[in-house]
Amino acid sequence: MSAAPVLALRGVSKRFGAVQALTDVDLEVHAGQVVALVGDNGAGKSTLVKTIAGVHPVDDGVIEWSGAPVSISRPHDAQDLGIATVYQDLALCDNLDVVANLFLGRELGKATVLDEVAMEKRAKELLDTLSIRIPSVRIPIASLSGGQRQVVAIARALVGDPKLVILDEPTAALGVEQTAQVLDLVERLRERGHAVILISHNMADVKAVADEVAVLRLGRNNGVFSVRDTSHEEIIAAITGATENAVTRRQARNGEVAK
Amino acid sequence: MSDMQKAAENAETVDAQKTIGAQKTAGLVDAEGPAAEAPAADAGPAVDPRLLVREQGFAGYLTEFKRKIKGGELGSIPVVLGLIVIWAIFEITTGRFLDPANLSNIAQYIVGPGLIATGIVFVLLLGEIDLSVGSVAGLTAALTSVLAIKQDVNEALAVLIGLLAAAAIGALHGFFFAKIGVPAFVVTLAGFLGWSGLQLSVLGNTLSLNNISDGVVYSLNNTYFDDIAAAYGLATVCVVGYALAQLAERRRRQAVDLPHRPISELSLRTGAVAALAFTAAYVLNQSRGLPLGLTIFLGTVMLASFVLRRTRYGRTVFAVGGNAEAARRAGISVVTVRISVFAISGFLGGLGGLFIASQSGVADSNLGGGNMLMIAIAAAVIGGTSLFGGRGTPWSALLGILVIQSIMTGLYMQGSSSQAAQYMITGAVLLAAVVLDSVSRRTQKSAGRT
Repeated sequence: MSAAPVLALRGVSKRFGAVQALTDVDLEVHAGQVVALVGDNGAGKSTLVKTIAGVHPVDDGVIEWSGAPVSISRPHDAQDLGIATVYQDLALCDNLDVVANLFLGRELGKATVLDEVAMEKRAKELLDTLSIRIPSVRIPIASLSGGQRQVVAIARALVGDPKLVILDEPTAALGVEQTAQVLDLVERLRERGHAVILISHNMADVKAVADEVAVLRLGRNNGVFSVRDTSHEEIIAAITGATENAVTRRQARNGEVAK
Repeated sequence: MSDMQKAAENAETVDAQKTIGAQKTAGLVDAEGPAAEAPAADAGPAVDPRLLVREQGFAGYLTEFKRKIKGGELGSIPVVLGLIVIWAIFEITTGRFLDPANLSNIAQYIVGPGLIATGIVFVLLLGEIDLSVGSVAGLTAALTSVLAIKQDVNEALAVLIGLLAAAAIGALHGFFFAKIGVPAFVVTLAGFLGWSGLQLSVLGNTLSLNNISDGVVYSLNNTYFDDIAAAYGLATVCVVGYALAQLAERRRRQAVDLPHRPISELSLRTGAVAALAFTAAYVLNQSRGLPLGLTIFLGTVMLASFVLRRTRYGRTVFAVGGNAEAARRAGISVVTVRISVFAISGFLGGLGGLFIASQSGVADSNLGGGNMLMIAIAAAVIGGTSLFGGRGTPWSALLGILVIQSIMTGLYMQGSSSQAAQYMITGAVLLAAVVLDSVSRRTQKSAGRT
């Protein structure tokens, strides 16, 4: 972790008209690290992700990529740097098969003619290295389950071999078993040395796979916690802004007494 | 029935075996991975099921075929069956429906509407509709004839101008739809009225212009290569080309260890194509020989099919039709794709108009009017292209227009010259096709969520 972080935000601010969506937000992600981004609705998680993905350019502040300041003003800039975003709605084409979806927008082939064989081969290799199990790479997305679609969407983000993968609520719509699959996949991403930003509302998921939790509250940083030595309640308190009230003070005192 | 049940049971046993095998493999993979404790219950088979299917040879192919039917992927099976039934009925009732002369006539009649329907297939793949193609066909024919006959422009140049105008009109519809955001239905409805008005005004007080005899437009749909070598030669080229393409793909897939089709399946497919091509060539040779119009139509369908299935552009069309937002995020220019698709629809509409003018002998104010638009759309849908976007092939234009033209010709031969029965039967067939489309869509959804 001594190397410069893959991505660092320094004092990033973003306004939409009269709304100050982000104020002086800092965030760091290192290679091989999963950072969970949590916060209440409207805390600015999605806005922050969109500024990183180039959907909304930042108004103020610096984005550093591997230690060097960069400007990300279009989605294309982010992709060129090596940032892949998996949005909540997955953005898959139901009518196309898995291979076509994995390579959508960056098909392999000579001139304008597609090279289906090369694409299918690479798709299988990619899915194998991620231990993704789907019935066939040639069936339409429409016939996959929700969890399978989610892993295909994540695999698709990896086709360009990005350094940073952003997952927006990857487990929100999934059942228990499917969530487990996706969390396994997040761990595999970390092992392969990708930096991962994970947005989630589910504290259990966050505690299961994340290394650090960055809390946003009302568009500002509200603490970065190491998952290993932070309790569930402390994170929740940071999210809700209930850090300073009678209950938490008592809890803190009781904790000390217990120790 | 009991045979079918047995076959289905067999298929299920195979499936079950596959799943067991796959779970074993999945388990192994898991044991190596970090998440060995994660149960693989919901994982499904890790192995490409087609691998198993293909390796079983021809029997495996049948299994896969049954799986597809069960899953609601009907493809062009209903329309082929329907066509066989229609031909059988008319052959029985009239006794001369399958005569080479009659089939040769049908081959001439289908070209114009078929080309228009091919353009409609592109638009339907986007999940949109183009109501203006009939008017564009009429306008193109009128414009070309007026230029060539009244303005003394070289006829080939006039044809070129007409087709360019048609493509430009289509692009204009696409611009209003994709860039301004007006629903395609409304844009092309306005075009439907507007362009047929322009068609009348271009024709002026003439209202009807006969084709220049032996001119370009005349030749389009009235030229026959009566040397029997022509039809057989074309059939041979198609069959050999098909076989070579299939073999080449098989070799490439084999080289990189991907599932590939067994030789038995390739032989069967090539045999089917050969039987079809040579029967058609034989029948055409019994009459007037190989028609130029049909050749152009088939060439257009093949080219369209290649573009849609094998090129980046075709992939973008399917992607926009399936999920425009996903396509946009993947870096595809949705606006460009939409405008270009409407331009293709306009161009093919115009080309179809010229073939209709060629076949009927005149470019008049009625060309492209009446039920031409409905026939073209119905043909694309009857052939199996989905109205909901993202599913279909240009071959459905050929199959669909064959069905409609067969019904029209057959009823005419039976002596019911009134259009009453024709309209009602074509309407019923169209409804049946759309019902099949909707039902198969639902089956696909439920089958996909097992």
